[in-house]
Amino acid sequence: MLPFVGALFAPLLTRVMKHNAGWLLAAVPLLVFVHFAGMLGTVGSGAAVSAGFDWAPSLGLRFSWYLDGLSLTFALLISGIGTLIVIYSGGYLKGHPHQGRFFSFILLFMGAMLGLVVSDSFLMLFVYWELTSITSFLLIGFDHGREASRRAALQALLVTGLGGLSLLAGLLVIAQATGTTELSSLLGSGDALRNSPLYLVALVLVLGSAFTKSAQFPFHFWLPNAMEAPTPVSAYLHSATMVKAGVYLVMRLNPVMGDTVAWETILPLFGGVTLAVGTLLAVRQTDLKLMLAYTTVASLGLLVMLTGLGSDKAIEAAALYLIAHSMFKGALFMVAGLIDHETGTRDITGLRGLRKAMPITFVAAMLAALSMGGLPLFFGFLAKEEIYATLGSPEGWQAALLIVAICGNALMFAIGFAVALRPFMGDATKTPKAAHEGPISLWLGPVVLGAAGLAAALASPIAHRLFSSPTASAVAGSPIEVTISTIPHLGVPLVLSGLTVALGIVAYLGLDRLRAAMAGVLRAIGWGPDQGFDQVLRGLLRLATGLTRIIHNGRLDIYMTVTFIAVAATLLLPMVLFDELPAMPYVPALRFYEWGVLAIAVIGVAAVVHARSRLTAIVSLGIQGFAVALLYMLFGAPDLSFTQFMVETLSVVILALVMTRLRLAPTDHRPLRQKLLDMAIAGACGIGFALLLLKVTQMPFDDRLSQFFNTYSKTIAHGRNVVNVIIVDFRGLDTLGEIAVVMVTGLAILALVRIRSKKTEVRPTVAEEA
Amino acid sequence: MQTLIFRTATPFLTCLMLMFSVFVLLRGHNEPGGGFTGGLIAASAFAIHGIAFGVPVVRRALYFHPMAIAGFGLFASAVAGLPSLLFGMPFLTGLWSAPSFFGISVDLSTVMVFDIGVYLVVVGSFTSIALALEDREHD
Repeated sequence: MLPFVGALFAPLLTRVMKHNAGWLLAAVPLLVFVHFAGMLGTVGSGAAVSAGFDWAPSLGLRFSWYLDGLSLTFALLISGIGTLIVIYSGGYLKGHPHQGRFFSFILLFMGAMLGLVVSDSFLMLFVYWELTSITSFLLIGFDHGREASRRAALQALLVTGLGGLSLLAGLLVIAQATGTTELSSLLGSGDALRNSPLYLVALVLVLGSAFTKSAQFPFHFWLPNAMEAPTPVSAYLHSATMVKAGVYLVMRLNPVMGDTVAWETILPLFGGVTLAVGTLLAVRQTDLKLMLAYTTVASLGLLVMLTGLGSDKAIEAAALYLIAHSMFKGALFMVAGLIDHETGTRDITGLRGLRKAMPITFVAAMLAALSMGGLPLFFGFLAKEEIYATLGSPEGWQAALLIVAICGNALMFAIGFAVALRPFMGDATKTPKAAHEGPISLWLGPVVLGAAGLAAALASPIAHRLFSSPTASAVAGSPIEVTISTIPHLGVPLVLSGLTVALGIVAYLGLDRLRAAMAGVLRAIGWGPDQGFDQVLRGLLRLATGLTRIIHNGRLDIYMTVTFIAVAATLLLPMVLFDELPAMPYVPALRFYEWGVLAIAVIGVAAVVHARSRLTAIVSLGIQGFAVALLYMLFGAPDLSFTQFMVETLSVVILALVMTRLRLAPTDHRPLRQKLLDMAIAGACGIGFALLLLKVTQMPFDDRLSQFFNTYSKTIAHGRNVVNVIIVDFRGLDTLGEIAVVMVTGLAILALVRIRSKKTEVRPTVAEEA
Repeated sequence: MQTLIFRTATPFLTCLMLMFSVFVLLRGHNEPGGGFTGGLIAASAFAIHGIAFGVPVVRRALYFHPMAIAGFGLFASAVAGLPSLLFGMPFLTGLWSAPSFFGISVDLSTVMVFDIGVYLVVVGSFTSIALALEDREHD
C-alpha cells in the first residue's frame, strides 16, 4: 500500500524540504483518493470489488480485500481528509524537530486504517485493527517528553488493545460458528451466525472491541485524554477516522449480526448513554479541543445507536451522519488547532473577537458549525432529518432515545457554535500570542471540509448516489435508496429539528451557567472511569509484581522442585485418573551378564544417593549412565549406546567443571526433611517414566515406519545404518533444526558463564547464599 | 592439572580420539556412528586437552573460535540442502555421486556434507562450553 512507502520516505523528505514536505507528501493520500474515487462508479452500482492472493492456503488464510459502498466511503474519507491533514500538519508542526517522524507516523496510520476498511480476511482485519491502535499510541505519545502525553498514549493503547484482543476472540468465534474467515463470504451467509449458539458470545466480544475503539461509555475516557496529541492527530484519528473503526465494524457486521433482540437492545442502549454522557461532559469543558472530543464521543454514541436500531431509515441516518460528522468534526478540530496555533491558547473563556484577525478561519468554522448544528443547506441537516425520521414515531422505550437524541443534538449544536462562533465575536481580548490569520496550509483543510459539507448537501442527489446509498446498502445488506434533500419539508422531523435548534440556542446562551452546574455535578460524583482506569492499572501492576515475587524468586532449588513436581504430575496423573496403568510386565529370563549390568546401574544409583561429596555423586551418576548404555548395546541399539556413552562422559566432565566453578560446599547440607521431599519427587518422576514406558511398549506396535525405513534406507538413501539415514536424510530438516538449537544453547551457556564469571568477583554466588 | 601421567598421555589420547571421531563420523552412514556421536568424541578430546594443558593451548590449536566452527557447521548443513533445489527436488534431498580416486570408488553426497555440518556444530558448541568452564579455573 502506498502510504506505507510514503511513511518510509517521509523523514528523509522532511529533512530536505523542511515543513514544505507536507505539500509533497499530501500527494500520497491524494493518489489513494483518486484511485478509490475511480471505483465509485462500479461500487455505486451495487457491485463489490474484491481481490487477493493466498497466503497460507493450508490454514485457509488469504490476503484479500473487499470493497463495497461502506468500505469505499470510509476509504475516501480516510484518504481525502488525510490529504488535508498532511498539508495541515506541514504548517502546524512547522519547525518541529521531529516533523519527519510525525509525517511517517501519520502515513503509517493512514495505511493501517485503509487496510482495515478494505480487509476481507479476518486476519488482515485484526492485524490492521491493531496497527491503528499502535500508530495511534505513537501519535498520542508524539510529544513524549510530557507525562500527560505518555499516560494518555498508554491508556489509549491499553484500552484499544484490550478491544483488539476481544476482536480477535470474536472473529475466531465467528469463524468457528460459520466456518468462514472472510467478510465477503460471511456477508453472504445469511442467518448462519444469528442462528448459531455462539451468537451471543461473538456479539459480546465484537462489541467489546467496537465499543473500546469507538470510545463508547464506559470506555469513553481514553478519547478526551488522547487530545494530548498534536491537533492534526486529534482531527484525523480521534474524530474523523480511527475512532470510527468501531462504528465501521458494527456497521460491517450489521447484515449478519443485526436484527436480533440483543443487538437492538445493547447498541441503542450503549449508544444512547454515550450520547448523553458525551454531550453533558462536553458542556463542562472550556478547552476547545476537549469540548470537541466529548462531542465526538457523543457522535460516536449516536452512530452506534442508529446502527443498532437497524431500520432502513436509521441506517440511512447513520450513513449520512457518518459522512457529515467526519467532515465537520475534522474541520472544527483543525479550526481549534489553528486558533491555538495563532493565539497561543485554546481556552474558550479567554478567546473573543477573533473574526477581524482570522476571517478565513471564521468562515471555515461557521461552515462546519452550521453542518454540526444541522441547519438547512448543510449535510448535517440531512443527517439530522433522517435521525428524526427514524425516531419520529417512537414506540415504547424508543421515546427515551428520542429525548436523548434531541437533548444531545441540542447540546452539540450549542457546543459547535461555542467553538465556532464565540471566540470570534465580541471585543478582541488579549491572547498569549497576537492573533493573526494562519498560513494557507493551515486554513485550507477546514475551508475545504466546511465547503464540502455545504456542497454535498446542495448537490445531494449526486452525493447520495455516490456515497450515501451505497454505504447504507452495504450496512443494511440490501439495496437502500437515500433520497432526502435540503429543501425542508413539513413534517415531524422538521418540527423536531426546530425544537433541537431552539433548545440549542438556549443552551448556547446559557452555556456558562450549564457549565458551572455540570462542574458541580461532576464534583459531587468525584469518580469516573478515568480514575477507575488508574486504579485497575495500579492493581494489575501490584498483582504482577506479587506474582513475579512468588514465581520468580531467584532460588534455583525451588524452580527445580516446581518443575519436577509438574513433570511427575503430568506423567502420573493422567494414568491414574483415566485408569490407564500398565499391566504388570512379564519379566523375561535374563542372562547372568545382563543381570550384572543391571546390578552395576543399581549400584551407581545407590552410590549417588550415598555419596558424601558432590564430585563422587557426579561420577557415580556416570556409572549408572554407562550401565544403561551397556544395556542399549546388549539389546540391539548400538547407535544409541554409542551416543549415550559419549553424552555420559561429557556430562560428567562438564558437571564436574560446573561444580568446581560454582564454589559449592563439597558436601550436601540439606536438612533431612528437604531430602525426603526431594526423594519423593525424584521417585515420583522415575516411577512415572517407568510406567509410561511400560504402557507404551504394551501398546500394539505399528511397524509401518520401521518397515519403510528398513526397506528404503539402502535403496533410496545409500546407507545401511538406518538410524543415521533417518537423522541426516529422511528427517534432515528436523536435524537441521536440532543442530541450530544445539548451537543457540551453546551460545546461551557461553553467555551465562561469562556473566557469572564477572559477577563472582563482586559478590558471592546466589547458590552459595542459598 | 599437574599429573605427569595425565600430561604425558593426553596428547596421544587427544590425537586418537580426534582420529576416531572422524572415523565414526564417516562410517556413520553404514555402521553405528555419525556426526553427532563423532562430534561428542571430538569435543571430549578437546576438553581433556584443555584440562591437561590449559585452555589457551587448545584455543591456539583450534585457531578458530569454537563457536565460529559451530556456526560454520550450521551453515554447511543448511547449504547442503540447497543443491537439490537446483534439480527441482525438495530442500535437503540427498544427492549422490561416486567418483573414483585411483581406482577406488568413493561415495560422496550432499548428505555427507550435512553430517559433517552436524559434526562441526556439536564439536563447536560443546568445546566452547567446556573451554569456557575450564577457563574460569585460571582467573
